[in-house]
Amino acid sequence: MSTSAITPVPFGRRLKRFMADRPLVPLIILLVILVVILQILRPGIVNERWIANTIKFAIPLAILAGCQTMTMLTGGIDLSVGTVATVSAFIMATQIVNQDPVIAFLLAMMPAVLIGLINGIGVGVFRVHPLIMTLGTSLIGTGCLQVYQRTVIASGAKIPDFLAWLGTGVTWGFPNALLLFIPLAALIVFTLARTGFGRLLYAVGDNERATRLSGVQYWQVITALYLTSSLLAGITGLLYIGLIKAPSLSLAEPLVLPSVAAAVIGGTSIFGGRGGYTGTIIGALILTVLTTLLTILQMPEGARRILFGLIVLFVTAAYLRIVEER
Amino acid sequence: MTTNPLPQSPLLDASGVAKNYGAVAALRNASLSVLPGEVHALMGANGAGKSTLVKILTGAISANAGRILIRGEARDIRSPAAARRAGLLPVYQEPSLIPDLDVLSNLRLTGTPVEPFRAWVRELGIADLDLRDTARDIPLAVLRVLDLARALAAEPDVLLLDEMTAALPANLAEKVLEVVRRQGDAGRAVIFISHRFVEISALCDRATVLRDGETVGVVDIVPGVEEKIVELMLGTRIVKTHVAARSAAEKAVSAPARPRLAVRNLRVGTKLSDVSFDLRDGEVAGVVALEGQGQDELFAALAGSIRPSGGTIEVDGQPAKLSHPIDAIRAGIAYVPGDRSEALAMQRSVRENIALPFSAALRNWGPIPMRRERAKVLGAIERLQIDTRAQGEVQRLSGGNQQKVTIARWIAADARTILCFDPTRGIDVGTKQEIYKLLRELAGHGKSVLFYTSELEEVQRVCDRVIVIFGGRLVDIFPVEEADEPALMRAAYGLPRGAKADIGILADPTASDAPSSDALGTKP
Repeated sequence: MSTSAITPVPFGRRLKRFMADRPLVPLIILLVILVVILQILRPGIVNERWIANTIKFAIPLAILAGCQTMTMLTGGIDLSVGTVATVSAFIMATQIVNQDPVIAFLLAMMPAVLIGLINGIGVGVFRVHPLIMTLGTSLIGTGCLQVYQRTVIASGAKIPDFLAWLGTGVTWGFPNALLLFIPLAALIVFTLARTGFGRLLYAVGDNERATRLSGVQYWQVITALYLTSSLLAGITGLLYIGLIKAPSLSLAEPLVLPSVAAAVIGGTSIFGGRGGYTGTIIGALILTVLTTLLTILQMPEGARRILFGLIVLFVTAAYLRIVEER
Repeated sequence: MTTNPLPQSPLLDASGVAKNYGAVAALRNASLSVLPGEVHALMGANGAGKSTLVKILTGAISANAGRILIRGEARDIRSPAAARRAGLLPVYQEPSLIPDLDVLSNLRLTGTPVEPFRAWVRELGIADLDLRDTARDIPLAVLRVLDLARALAAEPDVLLLDEMTAALPANLAEKVLEVVRRQGDAGRAVIFISHRFVEISALCDRATVLRDGETVGVVDIVPGVEEKIVELMLGTRIVKTHVAARSAAEKAVSAPARPRLAVRNLRVGTKLSDVSFDLRDGEVAGVVALEGQGQDELFAALAGSIRPSGGTIEVDGQPAKLSHPIDAIRAGIAYVPGDRSEALAMQRSVRENIALPFSAALRNWGPIPMRRERAKVLGAIERLQIDTRAQGEVQRLSGGNQQKVTIARWIAADARTILCFDPTRGIDVGTKQEIYKLLRELAGHGKSVLFYTSELEEVQRVCDRVIVIFGGRLVDIFPVEEADEPALMRAAYGLPRGAKADIGILADPTASDAPSSDALGTKP
């Protein structure tokens, strides 16, 4: 339409424009590159089993990263997802011993609802910064879990067969966890793109004052958001215990910071208003593959962590540079 | 020209300047040449590229092409600091003091000498400034004057003023214009961006006119040059805009018995007290006030943004409790704030911004009926003729188009009452005309509009009645027929109607129609 479209644009700029319009493309390219490097370092490692295994481990991370994506869209963050997942998993594993599975499930989800509500009210009504709010509830949740652990120590724990099947099972080469993840991911993507709630998440993160003037009640959005985030985290906990099969007091904690990293690598801005879930899923895959890659390099743990951190920083910076115009 | 380099060689000479934002060319081929001792107007309709050119000249952004000479030397201005060193200093439309610091700390940040700053502040008509005041607590109009004083204290060779008098009350605006004029007399140069012909003809020596990112003309300011400038600015689109007498369709519909809004004894803290008036269906009521007389509080209270400390608001005869904007919106009252950045989610699309109120209520959080939303949004976009070339992100639209989006939102939501707070601030003539027309049409369709404007000439074009607020009190209500500019100005200063008093050039009824070069300062 404008004259600049007529003048020929150099290839580099065109490529950049293309990347900026489709931010998923550079992420997918990076993922493929990582897989190729892995194959070169350890020929034959990339096979059907490896892929299924990678996806299995990426899914819990991807769901937790979904919590981060949604909260980050509003300019927030949810650091309590690790604790919520752990608590749900732990309660499920201990209650299933004596209780009906449905009752055990409901009991396992109760702390998730409670922590989500407290987070939402704290952030939405009392305006506590999400970082502090969710860190606080996370610590409280961990403390409560320790108390709870003493009371049930005698009854023992077991992993329900269904969760083990869902967490580790593979059917025709596809991990069973996809049965849970695909509908969940589709729901998140649809919510963000095509529902009023999704719109509000972006709008609140972009300009809260403008949403207020448009009649949006901030506390409602935020409470619903943190409740959703916590519920997702609780479900992740159940899936994760089926995968790890060893309930512990810090089961899902190691996933918290990678979940933030996955969302950021996936192109969601921690300042709010920008991002999406598809990028986050690929971000989670990238982090999982990266972990495998660093594991087979047989480096000492310290060096591995240093490298992991450096790569995350580099990838994020490079990605933003490619995707952001100007 | 080049044979006689002094004193007529330009202080600043930019040519061939171009800047693209993605596919949108903000500037194609702009040039600007400023001589020492002149006040040079930079003019152009909205989106013509004035602000972009200024940002390039002051190092805020970098150009894609072009050459900038300062005192004949090619300079590559890469940052605001570099522009400063080269003697170029801007005063932008948005206040630049850091809100959480006091004035003194703000001065230290830029290394501005305090005593000259104080002197300029006094010169500019602000007698009681405490340098320990936090910038956040200072009213917008004063902040802008402080920005100017800070720039003046640094004694730049070239001062760039972007819409300096926008949102300034008349008394401060006059002082500012005087000071700017004297800068020119002192041999410095001022680049003056404004939409107000009165000021331009009173102040400026020459004008550079931009259109669609290109310099289309440089004219000397002589009496009667306005037509020429308007022609240049608008190209072939509009030859002449003139306000005709209101057609029957635009006239207010006959007033119904019950007022749409009845405000009784409204009080907001110390800012507003005992304000009572009615707003009827089918009318545009103008609010006239100098800066900070309580009009902000009045609008905010009616919009449900702040809670009044006393009095009642009745909507359609029913007492209404407006404790959140949602209450006002449910009652059909929409608020268009003066500051666009308050109303828009800048990174979101035009469509999402217009559709924002649709999703606000809890019951509308589900799947969006995309087709219906699209129809409503497109209807509003068409009605306001929003330029949607850069609709992916609202921040890429020009100011005028952004303003249209803030209004389109409530057209799409079909609000019955619209509270417009200075909607034409700092936007181009063409868009202003469109907004006037729209407001009249809304009234014609039986809607009601409360319209605050900082430009008095707009009152006659748009309003049916005038509500005057002074010192937080409602001092007068009168029909538009009596609202010529001198009458409005007197009323705005709280002087009784009918009394004759000369109060500066802006009260001169001839000033806005036929500005003459001696309009400033010659009246007692």
